[in-house]
Amino acid sequence: MLTQILRLALLTLSLLLPTQMVRAQDAAVDIPAQVTALGEASLRELGTIITTLASTGDPAVVPVLTALGEGNLYLDETSGAVVIQRGSAITDPLTGEAVDLGADADLSRIRVNNGLRRDISAALSGMTLMSDNPSTRLSAARGFLSKPDAANLPLLDEAIAAETEANVRSVMQAARAVTILTSEDASIEDKLAAVPQIVSGAGRNAITILTGALASAPDEVKPTIQSAISGLEQGRAVWGALQNVWFGVSLGSVLLLAAIGLAITFGVMGIINMAHGEMVMLGAYTTFLVQLVIRQNFPGLLDYSLLIALPVAFLVTGAIGVGIERGIIRWLYGRPLETLLATWGLSLILQQTVRSIFGPTNQMVIAPTWMSGSTDFFGLAITYNRFWIVIFALIVFFMLLLILNRTPLGLQMRAVTQNRRMASAMGIRTPFVDAMTFGLGSGIAGLAGVALTQIDNISPNLGQNYIIDSFMVVVFGGVGNLWGTFVGALTLGVANKFLEPYAGAVLGKILILVLIILFIQRRPRGLFALKGRAIEQ
Amino acid sequence: MSKAQDTMLYLNGVSVAFDGFKAINNLSIIVRPTEMLAIIGPNGAGKTTMMDIITGKTRPDAGDVMFDGRTDLTKLDEATIANLGIGRKFQKPTVFESHTIWDNLEMALKKPRGIFNALFYTASDDDVARITEILETVRLLHRKDELAANLSHGQKQWLEIGMLLAQDPKLLLVDEPVAGMTDSETEETAKLLREIAKTRSVVVVEHDMSFVRELGSRVVCLAEGAVLAEGSLDQVSANPVVIERYLGR
Amino acid sequence: MLTQALFRALDKKAVWVIGIFLAVAVLVPIANLLVPPGQFGHVPTYLVSLLGKYLSYAILALALDLVWGYGGILSLGHSAFFALGGYAMGMYLMRQIGTRGVYGNPTLPDFMVFLNWKELPWYWLGFDNFWFAMAMVVVVPGLLAFIFGFFAFRSRVTGVYLSIITQAMTFALLLAFFRNDMGFGGNNGLTDFKDILGAPVQAQTTRVILFAATAIALALSVLVCSMIVNSKLGKVMVAVRDAESRTRFIGYRVEYAKLFAFTVSAIMAGIAGALYVPQVGIINPGEFEPGNSIEVVIWTAVGGRGTLVGPIIGAIVVNLGKSWFTSALPEFWLFALGALFIFVTLFLPKGIVGLWKQIFGANRKKAEEPSSPTPAQSADIERGEDPSTFDNVHPRPAE
Repeated sequence: MLTQILRLALLTLSLLLPTQMVRAQDAAVDIPAQVTALGEASLRELGTIITTLASTGDPAVVPVLTALGEGNLYLDETSGAVVIQRGSAITDPLTGEAVDLGADADLSRIRVNNGLRRDISAALSGMTLMSDNPSTRLSAARGFLSKPDAANLPLLDEAIAAETEANVRSVMQAARAVTILTSEDASIEDKLAAVPQIVSGAGRNAITILTGALASAPDEVKPTIQSAISGLEQGRAVWGALQNVWFGVSLGSVLLLAAIGLAITFGVMGIINMAHGEMVMLGAYTTFLVQLVIRQNFPGLLDYSLLIALPVAFLVTGAIGVGIERGIIRWLYGRPLETLLATWGLSLILQQTVRSIFGPTNQMVIAPTWMSGSTDFFGLAITYNRFWIVIFALIVFFMLLLILNRTPLGLQMRAVTQNRRMASAMGIRTPFVDAMTFGLGSGIAGLAGVALTQIDNISPNLGQNYIIDSFMVVVFGGVGNLWGTFVGALTLGVANKFLEPYAGAVLGKILILVLIILFIQRRPRGLFALKGRAIEQ
Repeated sequence: MSKAQDTMLYLNGVSVAFDGFKAINNLSIIVRPTEMLAIIGPNGAGKTTMMDIITGKTRPDAGDVMFDGRTDLTKLDEATIANLGIGRKFQKPTVFESHTIWDNLEMALKKPRGIFNALFYTASDDDVARITEILETVRLLHRKDELAANLSHGQKQWLEIGMLLAQDPKLLLVDEPVAGMTDSETEETAKLLREIAKTRSVVVVEHDMSFVRELGSRVVCLAEGAVLAEGSLDQVSANPVVIERYLGR
Repeated sequence: MLTQALFRALDKKAVWVIGIFLAVAVLVPIANLLVPPGQFGHVPTYLVSLLGKYLSYAILALALDLVWGYGGILSLGHSAFFALGGYAMGMYLMRQIGTRGVYGNPTLPDFMVFLNWKELPWYWLGFDNFWFAMAMVVVVPGLLAFIFGFFAFRSRVTGVYLSIITQAMTFALLLAFFRNDMGFGGNNGLTDFKDILGAPVQAQTTRVILFAATAIALALSVLVCSMIVNSKLGKVMVAVRDAESRTRFIGYRVEYAKLFAFTVSAIMAGIAGALYVPQVGIINPGEFEPGNSIEVVIWTAVGGRGTLVGPIIGAIVVNLGKSWFTSALPEFWLFALGALFIFVTLFLPKGIVGLWKQIFGANRKKAEEPSSPTPAQSADIERGEDPSTFDNVHPRPAE
């Protein structure tokens, strides 16, 4: 405790030189009284009060000083109260509670000049630099980093000495290094030594800081700065690429989810299901309904509503899929183009049905807490919803592989699609297998719909936005091969995100479409085409 | 390439593999002008694949395929090869079912195949006479205005042979021409093919031994994509390896 | 040569159809201009434009039928050619506005002034000339179809793959035309037309002439299609549809036949679009919607593909239905359209014309085709599959 007071005293000392009067530290400062005193104080007195307030080290003072610096601190001439006014909200500066001053309030701004403003910000940084909270210290250090001032050097030195968190210290060191690099009296050696510290501590801003310092730097230091900048730029290019890869993987996983059901119906069964997008849309609406029911009846389960919606959506869309297969598609086997038309008609009906029931406007599904927010992964910004969708897409994909390759139903599916008559002769109920396969594909579309509620608007047109992309993925990857779909989805996702910075989102998408069209010319059967006699017949 | 001289069809060391499976393995076959060759062999011996290679449907991985002693067929597509003078009849008879029998032949008739040639084509008297003649040969004249879909299996085979004739090829590849035919039809077919072979080269793939005997031509037995035995039918069918692998004891 | 081909084209059915639409081209204008309003037989001007719209749709459907019904190529991108033709016409009409636009700029269309553009992009040059614009109506869709088709058919992209990439093509164009900096008016497209060849677009006589022009264009399209499908080339196209590889083995270049049909068809679609735009007064990127192309397919299917009358009947009937529904029961139009898709594919594979033949032609044609495959089936047969095995064989299940 004593050391802290001592430190604060020192700090205050360093802060106020040379214009400010050094004041002995009162054991206890009456903070509310000091704040009220701000109201009537002259400019000179203001400086004293700021110092006094800062010297308390009390976090409650921070909003007062901040507001004063911003010009948001007001005196009510009627009651003599000092308040913060932001927009129409009037609050007590110390408690932060709303204050009702009555109708006859007469607010006048407490004015500060530039010199005071600098004192305030230095005082604030100083206070927060010594805060008990590491993240406050970190942001204070970043503040110094962006506004280097030689006057703050002793303060920084002290803070660095006291700092226990390595990452905060490195930012502080960077702030110190920037101060040295930009100050006029520092030696060349010190400046040279400062450059690597900036590189290691200043994070994403290092390039800006160094570039800013380059112009005013002595000639001896310039090469060092330049090489540091180019090194950082290379690093940034790598990270930028990685970030793009992540965005691409994220987009790819969405494409994978949307396309993988199609890979079953189109790839394995040879059915063109234009209503596939509507199965996705129905999955999304099922999620919406599930959440509605849970919110009204079991609010405690709200965080798990997505998990509950998964099996429900799978069963609902799967059942609809079975219905479609039995009702329409089975009459059209062997006529893919007709299937295309019939399912397109079906998609129109499904869209209009949903529009009639739920209206044409977008519906909302609330994200569970574990899917909101984001994390910083070595400088990559990763949002949790995207992250979970990637994980979910992988789970669905591998489950599907497992079903197709390791279960009796999967075996029967493969048997039926390879040689229908033979399978039938061996006692496999081919109509049942057809219905189940189509139901599986549709159910997976429903699962995709659940995931898409987290990143897209739930509207009757939801499915339309994915159907063409999904077909592109399946065709590009190679029909009849789940791994092709997997690679296809990720490739298209990543390619899209890499094209976007150069071409813009829309043009990037157009380019992708054109590239796929060209690719199909080269390899009409996709990336992972089957070869040989099987495809010729 | 000197070996290819004076041959109508020259296959040397041809190999093709599908996903590692060698459908044709170092196959060498020669067909001379106006010669008939019958090819026999068990299922999967590579007979159809061989035809695919000759007609440009499948590209060989290795080997030479020469036509008429000078044209390398491995670089050409189906249409070009057909226009060089190689006609093919498929194992499963494929005629154009929604066209009349007459139209089937008219399309096959040897004429310039260009788009605008076809657009402005009008049958000359010679063409009509030629088509009528072929219809008589394949005994379909009385049904010339019917859709090909209405023909029986055997009649479709004949129509397809008729289309081959209309193409006026130098080399005919005929895949199982007598499947689904009655004995007398089979006999007629053999006679017809022998007649054709007087002016052209004919390669016939067939399982029906009595039909092959009727053809009375040189016989090659294929197995696992390579030549197992070659000679007259009697020589081949006496070959112990052929008996072992194909004919059975 | 040409006379023979023409003679062949004018078979009994084609003469009837051509005759009907030439008569329509004369009679409807008379009924509008000469019969006074209120009297029996008068056709109001709005109806003339509506009918003109239907007839331009009929040309589009006929164009699709040429490639799909006869060639077996199910294009899901034909509205792209339609829209390109429409845009070419729209660009001409925009240039005719001159200083009468909101901003009064003599050369730049309003939207370019709005985007702060200083000069006309190079691809707008020449569109102030009617004949140049008309040439572009033919050239642009035709060229796109030729290039697209050249690559697609050469690499033997067939069946549903081709359908999917044609859909991708129109989708890419949709996205492109939505962009403002493409220079085609972005979202809003081209509209507020004033004159065509000096005559006000909205005037009664102009509308009637546009209608007559559309009817004549339809009659000519029927003639051209009839000429193609009755020639040996038409037979080759049907052969390609039914047994593509067999056609190759008798020496026809399948890809060229397809390319020819595809290009001719795209040009027809472009002309249809050019006639459509002045009659409806607007062209916007919505015309590129993949859904539109699929709707054209259903017109053709409803009427009866593989016939020359079918697509025309289909386009008119379905659009009459659409007009009725959207005014009477707007909520139910998509239900009706969707149901139509399913009904036609399941129960009416030969369309209205097929039904007609079945009912009225049964006794006459009984002997001739007892077991011919429906066009529906044969259209999907690839590489000469036997249609009799259809009920229990999947198309191309890989793996």
